[in-house]
Amino acid sequence: MDNKLYVSSSPHFRSNSSTTKIMLDVIIALIPASIASIVFFGIRSLVLISTCVATCLLCEYLSRKILKRDNTISDLSAVVTGLLLALNLPVTLNPFIAMFGCVVAIVVVKQMFGGIGMNFVNPAIAARIVLFVSFPTAMTKWADPFFYAKDAVDSVASATPLVAENGAYSYVDLLIGNCSGSLGETCAIALLLGGVYLVLRKVISPIIPCVYIATSALLSLILGQDPLYQVMSGGLLLGAIFMATDYTTSPITKWGKVIFAVGCGVLTILLRTYSNMPEGVSFSIILMNILVPLIEKATTPKAFGKIKKAKGDK
Amino acid sequence: METKLTFPKKPYRTHGGVHVPHRKNTACRPSVEMPAPSSVTITMSQHIGAPCKPVVKVGDTVAVGQVIGNSDAYVSAPIHSSVSGTVKKIDKITAADGSKVDAITIESDGEMRLFEGIKPPVVENLSDLLKATRESGLVGLGGAGFPAHVKLNIPPDKDVDTLIINVAECEPYITADHCEVLENSWHIMSGVYALKEILNLKRVIIGVEDNKPDAIKVLKDIADNEVDKYDEVRILPLKASYPFGAEKVLIKACTNRTVPMGKLPSDAGCIVMNVASIAFLAEYLKTGIPLTKKRVTIDGDAIKNPQNVIVPIGTSVKEVIDFTGGYKTEVKKLIMGGPMMGAAVSDDSLFIAKQNNAVLAFSEKEAKLREPSACIRCGRCVNACPMKLVPPNITTAVNAKDVSAMLSADILNCMECGCCAYVCPAHRHLVNNIKLGKQIITNEKKRQIPLKEGK
Repeated sequence: MDNKLYVSSSPHFRSNSSTTKIMLDVIIALIPASIASIVFFGIRSLVLISTCVATCLLCEYLSRKILKRDNTISDLSAVVTGLLLALNLPVTLNPFIAMFGCVVAIVVVKQMFGGIGMNFVNPAIAARIVLFVSFPTAMTKWADPFFYAKDAVDSVASATPLVAENGAYSYVDLLIGNCSGSLGETCAIALLLGGVYLVLRKVISPIIPCVYIATSALLSLILGQDPLYQVMSGGLLLGAIFMATDYTTSPITKWGKVIFAVGCGVLTILLRTYSNMPEGVSFSIILMNILVPLIEKATTPKAFGKIKKAKGDK
Repeated sequence: METKLTFPKKPYRTHGGVHVPHRKNTACRPSVEMPAPSSVTITMSQHIGAPCKPVVKVGDTVAVGQVIGNSDAYVSAPIHSSVSGTVKKIDKITAADGSKVDAITIESDGEMRLFEGIKPPVVENLSDLLKATRESGLVGLGGAGFPAHVKLNIPPDKDVDTLIINVAECEPYITADHCEVLENSWHIMSGVYALKEILNLKRVIIGVEDNKPDAIKVLKDIADNEVDKYDEVRILPLKASYPFGAEKVLIKACTNRTVPMGKLPSDAGCIVMNVASIAFLAEYLKTGIPLTKKRVTIDGDAIKNPQNVIVPIGTSVKEVIDFTGGYKTEVKKLIMGGPMMGAAVSDDSLFIAKQNNAVLAFSEKEAKLREPSACIRCGRCVNACPMKLVPPNITTAVNAKDVSAMLSADILNCMECGCCAYVCPAHRHLVNNIKLGKQIITNEKKRQIPLKEGK
C-alpha cells in the first residue's frame, strides 16, 4: 500500500451529534420566548437580546485569545449564555449594565474557570445575581406589557405577578405572558414549547424540569399557596427548563438530577415565601449548582455486575 | 438458581446501548469460498492464552488440517495449516495490535490436499468432547478468541443450566454470522442439540437481533421441528441495539442474570457461544477437519464489491480484498473487525486470523477523525454505557494517572464497546483514554510485584 492510513482507537464510527448542534437546539428552543418578549416589551427587548449575545461572543473571543487558548466561539455556547442572560433582565435595563453582566458571565464565571464545561455555576444566573445585587433598583424596574404602545409614564413601574395583589393577573395572562417581569420569563406557553422541543430532540432529559416544577407545586400547595400560579409566574419555568438543565452545572447521574431538581424546587418556594425577595429561582439554582459535585458523588450508579460487599468481607 | 427455567417472551431490560447504523450491505449475498492463496502466514497467537510453539520446520511439507503450532498450556488452542504446501519461513511478524508474534509462512501448492490423519472424532462423553474441541483448534469466533474447550469445561462447583447462542451481530457492516445462519442452519442446530445433551443443559436460548428476520425464521423452523421433543431450545429475537452481542449484556437480556464483575458467564449459570463457533464444532464432530478457514465480511465504502468470503486462515488482507474485486477509491482507514470495536491497522499486508470476522476499508470521507473538544457534561455517555459506568469520572482519573481513582470508577468493568465515544458530542476519545488507563494499571501492577518480592 502506498498511501498512509489513519490508525486510531475504536470506535471508528461516531454519531453526528456535536456541541454546536446541541447549542443550536437550545437557541431554537429559546426563540419562542424571545419572540414573545419582543411582542410584549417591544423593540427595547430586541436591543437587549442583541447586545447581550454580541457582548458574550466578543468576550468569549477576546478571553480565549488573551488566554492563548483555541477559540471556541463556534460552539455557540456564548450565544446561549447571552440569550439566557438577556431573557433574565427587565426590559427597562440600560444596555450598558447588561453588557457588564455579559462580561461577568463569560469572562469571570466561564473562561476564568477554564471555559465550556468547567464553570461551576451557570454563567447567566451568576451574572444575573451580580447585576441584582449591584444594581438592585435598575434590576427590579419592571414594565407593563405593551408599555411602548402607551404614553403614560407610570405604566413603566409595575408589579410582577409574584408581588402583585391577588387577582391582578389571571392564569390566561400568565400563560400567554401578558404580565410584567423579565424579558423571557413571562410567556409560559413559549417556554413550555421550547422545553418540549428540547426533550423531543433529546437535548435535555425531562427529569429536571418535571421534578423541579412538581416539587415547587407540591410545596406551595402545602404552604397554602396557589400551585399553578406559583409555577407559571416569575422565572420558574425559564429556570426549570433552561437554566437548571444546563449540562455543566447539573448532575450527570439520573438520581442526581432528581435530587438536584427537588432541591431547586424546595429552595425556590422557600425563598419566595420566607425571604425578603419576591423571587428565588436564581438563588436556588446557583445554590444547587454548588452542591452538584457532592450530589454526583452520592448518586454514582453501581456498575453493572458490581456486588455490594457483604459484611465481614475484606 | 430458579427451580424451573422459563423462556423469556421478550428480552429482559439491559442498561444503555446505542443505535448505530446497520449498513449490513452484504446480508443478502451468498458467501463465496476463496481458492487457495499463493501463500499463507499463520501466526502462533490467534487466541487468548499461551501462544503456540511451531511444531514444523522450514522445508517441511504440510497439508490442510495438519497441526503446525501447539502448546502445553491449558488455555491455548492448537493451530493448523490452512493450505497444503511447503513451510517457507518461521519468524516474527507484527500483529494487528502492534505486538510481535511468531508466524509460519507456508507456500501453497494449490492442491488444498487434506492431511491424512484427519478423521471424525469419537465423542461419547464430556471429556471426549473437550479433547475433540481442543484438537479442533476452536476459539471464540465472535472476536474474543477464547479457547472453546476451556469455556466448555465447566468447573464442578458451577451450576450451569443455560446455553446461549450469540447471533446478535450488533456491529455495523458485519454479516458473517447472519450468513452462517442462512447457509449453515442445520449444522448450527445439530451442534446445539449435541452440546445440550453432552453438557446436560436444560435450556438453550438463541439470541438473534430482529434486524435479521430471515435468520430468525430459518432457526425457528428447525427449533420448532420435532427434533426438539421437550421444546428446550428457543429463539429470542432481540431489539437491534448495540452492544447486544456483548456476553454480559446478552446474558442479562436472555436470562435476567447478572455476571458479577470480574467473573465468567458460568458464575451466572450460562455458557455463551458464538453461532459460527457452534456451527464449526458440529461440522468438526462430523468431518474431523480442524479450523482452517473463516467466513469474513469484506465491506466499507472503499470496497468495490462487498461480500462474505470464506478465507483460509493466514491469507493476507490484500489478497482477500483483491479476490473480491479490490478497492473502489483510495483507502484511508482499514479495520480488522467491526467499526465499533475493531482495530485500525496501518497496512493491508496483515493476515486473517481465526477470530477475524470482518475487514472494512473506508475512504477519506468515512475515515476522517474529528477533533475532540471540551467535555460539556451532557451525560450521554452515562446513559449509553451498558456497564453503568460514568466515563467522565474514569477519564478524569486517567488524565491524573490516579490508579486508585481509576479502580474506584470501575475502569476494569469497561469492555471498550465504544458506546460512550459514539454518542459523545464533543468527539472525545473516551475509549482510547480508558485503554490507556488500563495499561497504566497493568504497568503499575508489574512495577509493584518485584517490590513485594524484594522484601
